[in-house]
Amino acid sequence: MSLVIKNLHASLKDGHEILSGVNLELPSGQVHAIMGPNGSGKSTLSKVLCGHPDYIVTAGSAELDGQDLLSMTPDARGRAGLFLAFQYPVEVPGVTNANFLRAALKARMPGGEELDAVAYYKRLRTVMKDLNMDTKFSSRAVNEGFSGGEKKRNEVLQMLMLEPLCAILDETDSGLDVDALRIVSQGVNSMRAPFRSFLVITHYKRLLDYIVPDVVHIFHRGRIERSGGRELVGYIEEHGFDFLKEEDA
Amino acid sequence: MSDKLPTVPPQDVRGDFSFPEQHAYDAGYGLTENTIDYICDAKGEPDWLRNFRKTALDKFRKMPQPLHWAPQEIAALDFDKIRYYLAQGIPARKSWDDVPDDVKRTFERLGVPEQERAFLAGVDAQYDSETAYKNMREELSKKGVIFVNPTEGLSEFESVFRPWFGKVIPMGDNKYSALNNAAFSGGSFIYVPKGVKLAQPLQAYFRINSESIGQFERTLIIADEGAELMYMEGCTAPKYDSATLHSGVVELVALPGAKIQYVTVQNWATNVYNLVIQRGLAMQNAEIRWIDCNIGSGVTMKYPAVILQGRKARGEVVSISIARDGQVQDTGARMIHAAPETTSNIVAKSISIGRGRASYRGEVRVQPGAAGCRNHTECDALLLHAESRTDTYPAISVHGDSSGVQHEASVSQVDEEMLFYMQQRGLTRAQAMSLAVNGFINSLVNEFPMEYSVELRRLIDMEMEDSIG
Repeated sequence: MSLVIKNLHASLKDGHEILSGVNLELPSGQVHAIMGPNGSGKSTLSKVLCGHPDYIVTAGSAELDGQDLLSMTPDARGRAGLFLAFQYPVEVPGVTNANFLRAALKARMPGGEELDAVAYYKRLRTVMKDLNMDTKFSSRAVNEGFSGGEKKRNEVLQMLMLEPLCAILDETDSGLDVDALRIVSQGVNSMRAPFRSFLVITHYKRLLDYIVPDVVHIFHRGRIERSGGRELVGYIEEHGFDFLKEEDA
Repeated sequence: MSDKLPTVPPQDVRGDFSFPEQHAYDAGYGLTENTIDYICDAKGEPDWLRNFRKTALDKFRKMPQPLHWAPQEIAALDFDKIRYYLAQGIPARKSWDDVPDDVKRTFERLGVPEQERAFLAGVDAQYDSETAYKNMREELSKKGVIFVNPTEGLSEFESVFRPWFGKVIPMGDNKYSALNNAAFSGGSFIYVPKGVKLAQPLQAYFRINSESIGQFERTLIIADEGAELMYMEGCTAPKYDSATLHSGVVELVALPGAKIQYVTVQNWATNVYNLVIQRGLAMQNAEIRWIDCNIGSGVTMKYPAVILQGRKARGEVVSISIARDGQVQDTGARMIHAAPETTSNIVAKSISIGRGRASYRGEVRVQPGAAGCRNHTECDALLLHAESRTDTYPAISVHGDSSGVQHEASVSQVDEEMLFYMQQRGLTRAQAMSLAVNGFINSLVNEFPMEYSVELRRLIDMEMEDSIG
């Protein structure tokens, strides 16, 4: 699915503006990376696209394959194919991973249809194995007592199970060691397809060595300041984000 | 929601339906000496019981409503607008085929005969004031297990039941125990002989069909030395505009080494006042567990208690309550440590939805001379909306030496971040709430027998859909 964002402005409820005119065109089949200094609004962009209640969109538009995202409820956006791998995955006490994913899959099915429980568990086990996850995690409460790395891996598990059409990965690499990073990246790469798009938010070049982006955007002060090819990643790795400050001056 | 699959077919778990009244006996509105004479005549009770009931009536009249501490909503309960005895005038049947058609259809719709076939050792099905069906598997009668109604219990098995009748909960304990002693009808008297262990539960189903009725269930369970049983009760009623009253007295006696587990799933309509007194006496090495779930009723006041009377006796209360708009769930637990080395455990979780109000009221008392006792209490409240309310009233007094009492309490709200996270995965807000609530009580729901936990989860899902969806 394509994601087209035009002049998107969003504020906190107290009026403080975080997104100040984001423009982005992510065609179906592509992977775009967003890099940028801390506090530039990268995570806010991902939350606003998913309909987080803390933010108010004051101007602009966001469309998923031509559908107006901003008029949809957060759950309708999810069912339409939008997925966010959270930077800080939330704990859901008492609800097992298996039951949670089953409920999410069921929510996508037309009314009255039932999920094939046997096929579901079989697939869940296979995907967990691919991610090198202990299958015991399926009967543990969602993210409860998980380490930082386990939580991130669990996000990727959910993504592989729910098979979204447009996936946003918000700093999924932070907290992962090299081996985990490789496994997680393999998972993402296995999903790359002409009908699917990815928006990868990261601080580090490392992840983009594994998940190779088509386009790289530099985010600063609530908007995309610069876009380019893979070479931008190397430039930032070498020079940091200081050039943005120079441009400000 | 559960990995377990239901073993009984879906039933009408809410029970909001009724049949036209067909009563041979109707004591009319209000409670007087005449009402008591009417009940005693209808039931053919001995004189001592008639006098006993009248003494109780006298106490009931003299005692005030406990408004200095109880939920103020009970002030609106008008005892003169309640009908105290409604019965079809037919003795309890041992076969569903002999039960009057409307009554049989009621219980079929509630799934009772199916559950009986699937996993129960015996069933008492009460319809308004009297038991319509009561049967127990034959092998249990052969082992000497007694499962009868109070009238039979006090006449045919007087020597077994009368010594304990009213001993755990005295007549004058409070206004509602007095009321029950005056008007009681229906319920179960159970005796399990020494060393007999029931592999399957006995079940009582309390059904209110008629408007303005007062149902005064009376249950006395005696587990002799080393005996074990599980008893389950379920309740439903159609919703009427006028108030109905269910005011039961349940006494448990666990003799040395015995184990009694008592499970309640209360799902009354919201016009029902559910004011119930449940108390157990645990002798040496005995164990009593109350597993209590309150979903329905307008006002519930219920604090299952265990008096730990013998050395090393154990008591436990596991309690779930859900209060929606207009509901007051005033629940809790009492543990009285009257002997050394007794232990008790209380886990209570409540959920308040909309303007619903759930309170935890608990008492843990370690009496002088009861050394080396332990109690652990945990009560957690979940508030779904800004206007939802919860209150906690714990009372702890320790007089025994080297005893330890722990109390943990928490109040939380369904976290918006958690809801957003679940919604992002495609769940509607109602589905997300329902999952969060199920998660909150998951560990306690697992304490219920499987057949009940499946029903419980389904009920919770329905409540969530209605409240939020």
